[in-house]
Amino acid sequence: MSNSPKFVIDGLKASVENKEILKGINLEINGGEVHAIMGPNGTGKSTLASAIMGHPKYEVTEGKAILNGDDLLEMEVDERARAGVFLAMQYPSEITGVTNADFLRSAMNAKREEGDEISLIKFIRKMEGKMGELEINPEFMHRYLNEGFSGGEKKRNEILQMAMLDPSIVILDEIDSGLDIDALKIVADGVNNMRNEERGFLIITHYQRLLNYITPDFVHVMMQGKIVKSGGPELAERLENEGYDWIKEELGIEDETVGQEEEDFKMPMNTVAPEFK
Amino acid sequence: MTTQIVLPIDQNEVRENSQSKNEPEWLSNLRLEALTLAGQLEYPKLEKTNLNRWSIESYGKYKSTAPITSIADLPEAYQEALQDQKDNLLIQRNSNVVFKSLSDDLAKKGVIFTDLETAAKEHPELVQPYFMQAVKKEENKLTAIHTALWSGGVFLYVPKNVEVEIPLQVLFLSEDDSSIFSPHVLIVADTNSSVTYVDHVTSEGSSNELVHNSIVEVFVKSGAKVQFSTLHNLNDSITDLSYRRAVVENDGRIEWIIGEMNDGNCMSDTSTVLKGNGSTSDAKIVCIGLNEQKLNITTNATHFGKNSDSDMITRAVMNDNATAIINGVTKIEHGAKNANGEQTEKVLMLSPTARGDANPMLLIDEDEVTAGHAASVGQVDQNQIYYLMSRGISKETAERLIIYGFLAPVVSEIPIKQVSDQLQALIEGKLER
Repeated sequence: MSNSPKFVIDGLKASVENKEILKGINLEINGGEVHAIMGPNGTGKSTLASAIMGHPKYEVTEGKAILNGDDLLEMEVDERARAGVFLAMQYPSEITGVTNADFLRSAMNAKREEGDEISLIKFIRKMEGKMGELEINPEFMHRYLNEGFSGGEKKRNEILQMAMLDPSIVILDEIDSGLDIDALKIVADGVNNMRNEERGFLIITHYQRLLNYITPDFVHVMMQGKIVKSGGPELAERLENEGYDWIKEELGIEDETVGQEEEDFKMPMNTVAPEFK
Repeated sequence: MTTQIVLPIDQNEVRENSQSKNEPEWLSNLRLEALTLAGQLEYPKLEKTNLNRWSIESYGKYKSTAPITSIADLPEAYQEALQDQKDNLLIQRNSNVVFKSLSDDLAKKGVIFTDLETAAKEHPELVQPYFMQAVKKEENKLTAIHTALWSGGVFLYVPKNVEVEIPLQVLFLSEDDSSIFSPHVLIVADTNSSVTYVDHVTSEGSSNELVHNSIVEVFVKSGAKVQFSTLHNLNDSITDLSYRRAVVENDGRIEWIIGEMNDGNCMSDTSTVLKGNGSTSDAKIVCIGLNEQKLNITTNATHFGKNSDSDMITRAVMNDNATAIINGVTKIEHGAKNANGEQTEKVLMLSPTARGDANPMLLIDEDEVTAGHAASVGQVDQNQIYYLMSRGISKETAERLIIYGFLAPVVSEIPIKQVSDQLQALIEGKLER
């Protein structure tokens, strides 16, 4: 299908403050597919999301991320978004003085040609419709962007943006954290409604819970900045039942984390008993 | 030891100007007394700003500009903003007022809206008890100089129980850098009256140094309400030194809306004396500094009245090498029980060489009060830029949204649409040069 995206991550390596976090990620996502990346905390999952989107803190040192033939890594953050990538963030920023509606309208118009901006009426209808589907209070349209939103409201607002912007590759970074079960179902419905051949998903989570509502086609496990195991939905179920230890055993991994050296335990200075003479 | 201080104007000139305008004797004498004081007093000591290093000696001479019969005689740029305001409009060009109109309706109700020079002659009983009483000529060299050489200006009197619904509008326009441009605005809102006053202080075409030394005095009587809004966009050769002060009596209210959109240096001090019980004040100030501009912006609320309430918000955006010193002073005097004072000063810096300083001060001499302050100085948050860009918004637009968003809590709260539109246009003009 002509509108079906093809997204290939090829040997992606990335560092934060000269510390390598991603050590060669290979992944292919096609339109219609839902990929889940699972793994314990500190294994590089969120770094992958940020590196694809282009967060200035992350330096890509090697590899490519090709969307429909174009390398995203050559583009600015806004160009990546306009090329079709959407990242629902774990910690969305709060922006005072910019209303949700103004922000979203600017974002939608950024994708359109000058002179072809979405009309206010059309925009408001679309936004009201999507907000209704996601059970977001209509007042949030004119609230300042994420300001004073609860954790769950922010996540729902991310899904609202996704629905409005109609991206071809969607990355959800821990969208399930901080959501109660009702909100989780609403968010999952929002995602499921958008599953089609014209869109691919990459869902990052360390809980199986979300995957009960969004059934993935592929499940990947990340440890030490690499994808160490891939499989189908049954892999997620096994992780839910047995945890990650069996994978670590199978692969001979002791510490699954990456770039966490500074948190190594150090003997505190004052635990040395004073000498009495 | 005495030091000879050179004044920007001499005694003969002050006397001659006053005589040529047939000013009443009390006013002439006041000018001459002030001139003597000006020779003795020092410039005000400002927080982290030394006025002696500013170019503040060039006041120009008093020159009379011919009256105009309609706004069609103004430069085109100013006609548009005023086209819907045929009545209740006053225009000062350079040193003197050239146009004034008041609707018959308001005149019948006893509202006085005229230039201050005329008012001093025709309504001395209303002018003399108030003129230079909220701000005193003895305060410092600037207030003394102002008293000696102000010209033109506005007198607005609203009688008891009269509610003026249409904003009264004033344009102060400097077109000649050799003419004095130091107007005085005096507003007296009598018991239970209400009025909205809007002015625009601007300049056209001048290129030599000039000082705009203005004073605004507002007297809000019991139960009265005054909305005062002013937008300043003087060019970079003009130094703006402006004092604004309101004295608010029982249950009276003053609302200040101030846009400091000048291109030159600016000292502004906007103070409210909450004299009466239950008196309230609200001040919203927006400023933008570019290039080498130096701004020293003060808001002050002094509480004497019980249950008095003040709120002050200042937001400043600084770019290039501009410097902003933003001061907020909430002073609660002994006896002002249950007073409440809030203030916020925020500075957003767009360049690494811009400087901003926010100095909140709470001075409290009474136990049973509530007061709060918040101040912040910072750069644009890179995470916010990233977030907006990740939705396809260009970096330029993202910065723009964040800057306008920073100012929005003040700009969007302006109750007079015409003023908020005009301020928005001035902000855009300054930020998108």
